[in-house]
Amino acid sequence: MSNERYELNKNLAQMLKGGVIMDVTTPEQARIAQEAGACAVMALERIPADIRAAGGVARMSDPAMIKGIQNAVTIPVMAKCRIGHFAEAQILEAIEIDYIDESEVLSPADDKYHIDKTKFNVPFVCGAKDLGEALRRISEGASMIRTKGEPGTGDVVQAVRHMRMMQQEIRRLTSMSKDELYQAAKDLQVDYELVKYVAENGKLPVVNFAAGGVATPADAALMMQLGAEGVFVGSGIFKSGNPAKRAAAIVKAVTNYTDAKMIAELSEDLGEAMVGINEQEIALLMAERGK
Amino acid sequence: MTVAVLALQGAFIEHEKILAKLGADSFEIRQKKDLERSFDRLIIPGGESTVQGKLLRELDLFDGIKSRIESGMPVYGTCAGLILLAKSISNDSAQHLQTMSIVANRNAYGRQLGSFHTDAQFDGVGVIPMTFIRAPYIDEVFDNTEILSEVGGKIVAARQGKQLVTAFHPELDGDTRVHEYFLNM
Repeated sequence: MSNERYELNKNLAQMLKGGVIMDVTTPEQARIAQEAGACAVMALERIPADIRAAGGVARMSDPAMIKGIQNAVTIPVMAKCRIGHFAEAQILEAIEIDYIDESEVLSPADDKYHIDKTKFNVPFVCGAKDLGEALRRISEGASMIRTKGEPGTGDVVQAVRHMRMMQQEIRRLTSMSKDELYQAAKDLQVDYELVKYVAENGKLPVVNFAAGGVATPADAALMMQLGAEGVFVGSGIFKSGNPAKRAAAIVKAVTNYTDAKMIAELSEDLGEAMVGINEQEIALLMAERGK
Repeated sequence: MTVAVLALQGAFIEHEKILAKLGADSFEIRQKKDLERSFDRLIIPGGESTVQGKLLRELDLFDGIKSRIESGMPVYGTCAGLILLAKSISNDSAQHLQTMSIVANRNAYGRQLGSFHTDAQFDGVGVIPMTFIRAPYIDEVFDNTEILSEVGGKIVAARQGKQLVTAFHPELDGDTRVHEYFLNM
């Protein structure tokens, strides 16, 4: 991937900011999501809550299913490949996906190495629990970062933890002297140049979204106020009582995330939220996949 | 001079940074009460036109913004902003503000793999960097719309009266000249 291509890929993420990216499993759901104001959709065969329930190995979706969704909407279409599974990523690039999510939601294909994303022309988004993980993914070529909140649970606690951790570590870097930054680069296991960028700019060099467990307009507003530049909503929409209404409410909550009065109105009569599972009740912590 | 930046979704902060560099005051429009503030120019940023168009209507901003543009307030639309201002879209039945006499072609260069960067002539400004992200171009202009730039035979910037549109994103390249042009309109 040329430097120019990497810039273009970071630029696409900038265009998604202030928006909501929704998980969809059918062209019909994709149309509902677009209609509700999604700025992009994530095409996958099963939403995370169902992947969790089904168990077994979760893989990249059928390309025919992804193409069906690409044909159904005009907004960008993303799709997931397994951590380390560069052949799945090659397939997604071949069908001209707009963004690849190298995702812990699927079963990892490699327990040691992530994909060398610099070899691809299509952009990648990757999950991160803290600043070190985010910067390691960026040095591998990711052009967008998201939190690694526990997918398919409807429990926002982990996304909050990751976003707070990242913001806190970023603030810490901004107050360090140069010699301390050299040591920080070693501690974080990343290039000094990346650490220097974060210290000088007080932010990641790429766009940073919240993901995992977002189920309500209030969850979305919480993540935005904590510093997310946009929100992924997975199971939270199509596992709820009234997907179209909930999706549209979350979109508006992201635009006006500090207006509690508006969010109060948006939160009215949304029907049943996804039931959800608490962090302590789950056997499989997907966020622990890939470091 | 105060420039309002439509901040419903997309890359609005990038515009605000360029305006700050040029010493122009700016603020964000996210909901109807923001229209009560006084401003003399408007920027509609890049992002997804479907999202911005929907929120313009649902947050009850549509009429207030359309009437200001129609009464001659200068407006600059980049990418999605171009689509929102277009009289019609050749490959989409959606219609938005429809204040400018151009026909837009959405996602005209295809998916993200079709996104590109180039340098080209912009009339009245010179050769400038141009970044196209899943960009539209303009199929045709009519009435008194002037073409300001073409890339590969496609129209990528135009002006009609106080309305300016570019299919590309000067706000991403840190080049302030197109914004200066807009502020001088």
